[in-house]
Amino acid sequence: MLRRLLTAVLSLLLIAVPVLAQQPPTSPDGFVPVDTLPPSEQLAAGPFLVGAYVFFLLLMMFYLWTIWQRLGKVESEMRELERRALKGQGR
Amino acid sequence: MRKLFIPAFALTALLFAYSPLAIANAPYESTMLLVQKIFYYHFATWMALTVAVTVCFVSSGIYLFKGSAWADRMGFAAAEVTVIFGMFGLVSGSLWGRKAWGVWWQWDARLTMAFLLELIFIGYLLVRKYGGPGSEKLAAAMGIFGGATAPFVYKSVDWWRTIHPKTSVMTSLGETSPGMWYVALLCTAIFLLMSGLLLALRMRLETLRAGLDRLYLAAED
Repeated sequence: MLRRLLTAVLSLLLIAVPVLAQQPPTSPDGFVPVDTLPPSEQLAAGPFLVGAYVFFLLLMMFYLWTIWQRLGKVESEMRELERRALKGQGR
Repeated sequence: MRKLFIPAFALTALLFAYSPLAIANAPYESTMLLVQKIFYYHFATWMALTVAVTVCFVSSGIYLFKGSAWADRMGFAAAEVTVIFGMFGLVSGSLWGRKAWGVWWQWDARLTMAFLLELIFIGYLLVRKYGGPGSEKLAAAMGIFGGATAPFVYKSVDWWRTIHPKTSVMTSLGETSPGMWYVALLCTAIFLLMSGLLLALRMRLETLRAGLDRLYLAAED
């Protein structure tokens, strides 16, 4: 009987060790300061900040380029029409 | 108008080039630190968008009720500028949110309403491009609808519980952090100037297009 009881207790202890080893460390209030997190859990702010400002620059440059392209297209069409009108008058 | 464009463009370019320096020298917000500096362009872009939306709303109303072709062109130009600023507002907010909240996007009231506003104005542009004859009136109605949505986007953070900061953050910034307030004002002024310049450029394009249409009609006659 005693032998069985000891085997059961020992088995329980052997199971409990890995389970307890996997428990995350508890924090007193449930929160931890961000600077105490391991580097893998922290996000650096630089890429987000630079990304936002670079995206704005690229967006503005692209938009200005599209306006410039459309203006050029309309102006060339106008010139072509005027040239055709002048040619028509010349006949 | 043309005489004003070049000096206004030069002033905007100068201020825009100076803005990163002002932002770098602005005080750090105590909890978000560096990433909070996205705020200066993020807030300014939504202010510029508000101006563009208002211009589109008023112009669309004038076109619908008075039939002014000039107002129609202005509404179209303002809708495009709205989409551009809206795009940056949503992307910059997402980048900020990823760092500050840990998520790229959250379907809360403010973010969802801002996204819907952007979709309305993208819809406006699609109607103008593919709607065929008479699409101007339908687009103008969308411009009015989009303009009417804007105040709800602004007040959504006060009316509903959202992850986004409330409007009171901005109204009290002058007292809580004058250093931040000055840079926010500077960036807002730059973006408002940009908004005006982009509107002027787009209006020139629309005016030329109208002239081209007249030339085609004259050539057909």
